[in-house]
Amino acid sequence: MATNRDDFIIAIRSAFLKKGSKQRFSLIGLIFSSIFLILLNTINFPLINYLKISLNEIVYRSSFIVSIPEKKIQEFSNIIHNHFSLYSEHQKNKNELANYKLKQLETDYIISENQRLKKMVEEYIFNTDELFAKVLLDKKSPFLRSIILNRGSKDKVSMGMAVLDGGYLIGKIIEVNYSTSRALLISDLNSKIPVSIEPGNVQSILSGTGKDNGKIEFMQKKKLIENKSIVYSSGSGGIFKAGIPIGNISIEENDEEKYVDFFSDLSQLSFVKLVSFKKGKN
Amino acid sequence: MSSKFSVSILNRILINAPLLLLFISVFNEFDFNYLNYKYFSFNFPFILIFYWSLKRIESLGYGYIFIAGLFNDAVIGLPIGLSSLTYLIICGFAAYLRNITLRPSLFKDWLYFLFTILVANSINYFLLVTFFSTELNYYELSGNILFTFLFYYIFGYLFDIYQRLAFGRKND
Repeated sequence: MATNRDDFIIAIRSAFLKKGSKQRFSLIGLIFSSIFLILLNTINFPLINYLKISLNEIVYRSSFIVSIPEKKIQEFSNIIHNHFSLYSEHQKNKNELANYKLKQLETDYIISENQRLKKMVEEYIFNTDELFAKVLLDKKSPFLRSIILNRGSKDKVSMGMAVLDGGYLIGKIIEVNYSTSRALLISDLNSKIPVSIEPGNVQSILSGTGKDNGKIEFMQKKKLIENKSIVYSSGSGGIFKAGIPIGNISIEENDEEKYVDFFSDLSQLSFVKLVSFKKGKN
Repeated sequence: MSSKFSVSILNRILINAPLLLLFISVFNEFDFNYLNYKYFSFNFPFILIFYWSLKRIESLGYGYIFIAGLFNDAVIGLPIGLSSLTYLIICGFAAYLRNITLRPSLFKDWLYFLFTILVANSINYFLLVTFFSTELNYYELSGNILFTFLFYYIFGYLFDIYQRLAFGRKND
């Protein structure tokens, strides 16, 4: 029994403490270094932020270059897929276009009416700063749904800026480096966005599911929501402007939960728009 | 002279290929996520680190594994040091197995690898949830562990072949 324990201790000591012939560091020393770094992270030690920013600057650029072959394979696979679905897509688009032309006329009228009414009640209007960014990396890890952008603090990117694909909200900036930044996508489990659901003007919170859709949370009037209702940003909290379209409600049979299918395909992002909103008096 | 030089370069590439592959995989995240299969992803660095720590640690080196972990944290957006810790725990388990094994077999390594990644991932998730208040999708993480485990056998077999070709023998 004692021999077994001795053997175990010798094996553990040899594994963790002994340096191999070509090893410069012992395993236990490096494990303690990692724990030390994690501890500094938890207390938000200022030096660790500088280390993070410098590391990110190097790693994001290198990762972009290393990811080029995988991106090419992905593009090629998309081209083949698009080619095979061309005809059915064309028919669908024709029908949709006819519907949209009709709706556009109604929308134009509503916009002008809305502007006129806002002026009448002297409400706040929003000034918008916009800039375009290229998606360097779109890592879909099990931990985080985020994208790396080629704009940073030198381009006046700031924390909390809204990230749009076309006109659709897809996330917000959560990390700013000198020439790069990271945006948390609305599909991430940790993303919580105040939304308004139309028709009915139902206020709620949109949470990511970690998959390709979102979920409506913290709402009492769930039964009022209909299938295919449109989800917009509500503007509560002052981070985003109200009325940015996000997706539509998808209700499955025998399921209490209300899910949101995003308008934008978050796996196909190449260029995005970064927008900050400032309130200004009319 | 020139043929000697090219043989020496080839030798260097063969010896350092696992290290090169480790850095490419942390920069690129080999997980085939563009296939968009539900719950399908696997952790290639885990497989690579465990295998080479077990069979031929001089091909990787603990210092490089530590740095690869820091790079992985930056790419994925995890707190700095977390992946390094996970990778080094895997190295520790592999080194222990190397010390106690008399007759190595891929099948036994495979089962031990499952135990290793379960422990390493548990520590990783525990730290993320407890200290960094991160929400995790446990179904997806379980899928990741399962596929990492399954793929180990395939990659282990391929790495065995590579070892025989590159180093002339299996260095067990």
